[in-house]
Amino acid sequence: MATSIRAKLMVPVSDRDHVQGPADAPVTLVEYGDFECPYCAAAQVIVKQVQEIMGDRLRFVFRHFPLTQIHPHAEHAAEASEAAGAQGQFWEMHDLLYENQPMLDSLHLVMYAEKLGLEGERFVRELEEGIYRERVRGDFLSGVRSGVNGTPAFFIRGVRYDGSWDFPPLVEALESAASIKEVR
Amino acid sequence: MNAQDDGQRTEATQSALPAGTLAPDFTLPSTPDQKLSLSDFRGSPVILAFYPADWSPVCGDQMALYNEVLPEFKRYGAYLLGISVDGPWCHAAYREHRNLHFSLLADFEPKGDVARKFGVYRKGEGLTERALFVIDGKGKISWSFVSPMEVNPGADGILNALENLPEKKVAHGN
Repeated sequence: MATSIRAKLMVPVSDRDHVQGPADAPVTLVEYGDFECPYCAAAQVIVKQVQEIMGDRLRFVFRHFPLTQIHPHAEHAAEASEAAGAQGQFWEMHDLLYENQPMLDSLHLVMYAEKLGLEGERFVRELEEGIYRERVRGDFLSGVRSGVNGTPAFFIRGVRYDGSWDFPPLVEALESAASIKEVR
Repeated sequence: MNAQDDGQRTEATQSALPAGTLAPDFTLPSTPDQKLSLSDFRGSPVILAFYPADWSPVCGDQMALYNEVLPEFKRYGAYLLGISVDGPWCHAAYREHRNLHFSLLADFEPKGDVARKFGVYRKGEGLTERALFVIDGKGKISWSFVSPMEVNPGADGILNALENLPEKKVAHGN
């Protein structure tokens, strides 16, 4: 199978991104994901395991890529994670959304905000006003420009990873990328 | 990105019309009772997305992706036309089911006639290649790309091609 059209990450990781792990980690994994995509939910479990085993040697970045026409709740869920992020709990909401993928309607989003102890009024207002819509679209477009053709899409060291995201091959790809010395 | 140089083309029974060629005009059903001609779009860029079949998983992802990127294509004043050998009733059901906001053309009778003219018909299988053409406002092909059948080519190549059009007009705002 021809999986070697190596698309490149066109928008480098910056302060704007949601990041887990140290900035000087030897390898960075960027994911473009959709909270309503079942493959993304499955991949999320693997990513967690990979993070656990690699620890500080991995930096993980999540960017939004909601396919809103086939996933009616994806956009709202993405904006909810941003609204939680504005209150310092992006990753907590990110995890909750994936764990509760079949329940992403507005009512549940508010329940998750409450569960995380977020300021509810602000959360609801920001969602209603759609103030994170542009931010989510920005992520989406950076993905389109980088050749994201479905979700989840992974980039390792800025190059699209077209291999399997099962645990063993993903760890192997990351470890092998981590062992390459930065030549800059 | 130069699609011609990346060595990723599958073995097509023909080769796709290259950039610089005048796109052959055609008229095809866009719904069971409506037809569209390529020349209807003269003056605007057109993205022709040939895909093997309605309902097949990769096509679904590809069309779902284009559905999302549609506003970006519109910024360049471009029209997107999907095209496969499926009949207009099949297209109508597929379009409704996937909530697609662009036209799907039925290269159904004579089967694959337009795909043949563009050099992207696969005789053995009776399907079209997964092929992209960006056609400028004067009807000239400015970019073409054939993706391996099972690989969704994404939208980056299309956007780059639209950006490189001499007469590009980028609309402001949404």
